[in-house]
Amino acid sequence: MTADFTPLTSLLGGGLIGLAATLLLLLNGRIAGISGIMAGAIAAPGPERDWRTAFLVGLIFGPVTFAFFGGTLPQPVLPALPIVVVAGLLVGFGTRLGGGCTSGHGVCGLARLSPRSLAATATFVVAAMATVFLVRLLGGG
Amino acid sequence: MKIASAAISGLLFGIGLALSGMLDPVRVLGFLDIAGGAWDPTLVFVLAGAVGVTAVGYGLAGRRAAPIYDERFHLPEATALDLRLLGGATVFGVGWGLVGYCPGPAIASIGFAGTSAAIFCLAMVGGMILHRALPETARI
Repeated sequence: MTADFTPLTSLLGGGLIGLAATLLLLLNGRIAGISGIMAGAIAAPGPERDWRTAFLVGLIFGPVTFAFFGGTLPQPVLPALPIVVVAGLLVGFGTRLGGGCTSGHGVCGLARLSPRSLAATATFVVAAMATVFLVRLLGGG
Repeated sequence: MKIASAAISGLLFGIGLALSGMLDPVRVLGFLDIAGGAWDPTLVFVLAGAVGVTAVGYGLAGRRAAPIYDERFHLPEATALDLRLLGGATVFGVGWGLVGYCPGPAIASIGFAGTSAAIFCLAMVGGMILHRALPETARI
């Protein structure tokens, strides 16, 4: 267990994510799946692209706003650049192939009790755990 | 209005991610590292809060015939548990486990986390474009 274990603020942060997802469905009728929104934002111009771009701009300003009101943001140290690039490619390709990521399948899909999302979430969590395990085994972690 | 509501939803999503601690890939990897002896269960609490509120919120929103600023709800219609779904989830999971970034936290980090996070996002866009460039039959 880590020293900075923060179950309550994490639960609250998750609740805010849920509120954001609820608002997007209630107001715009859309699922808050970030990979799908991202893919739509780099597609052909038009109103379908505009709301997605607006969502992503809001998403980028979220942490900055949080810091403005006194919140602390991490200064992440990522692995070597080639690994970052390979991981980004896999995440981009895999989320399109699988039709969603942690937000679309993991949050919105599970909330809708979608069997597809449950299967996808179980699969990517296990694949990610196996990857972390293998990286540790090979001495890279 | 659709633009403004999407921006506000994105902003709340980003604040929620920041508050939850999930913008730090180390904490995400701490959850994924089940054999490391210092397992970090934080992500479970984030997911519980997010799924719980979304389930209640979706239930309430679903009582309406249509959303407020659109003529209909745009919900996923696919139901098949096929190789594409599970293969895609596997590829995504490997990438997630390598760095600890999934799409939401990665994009939300662009404004403060330095060039590596931005490069991750560029590569992610590259992966999406690569997927779109494949002929339909070759996408599994």
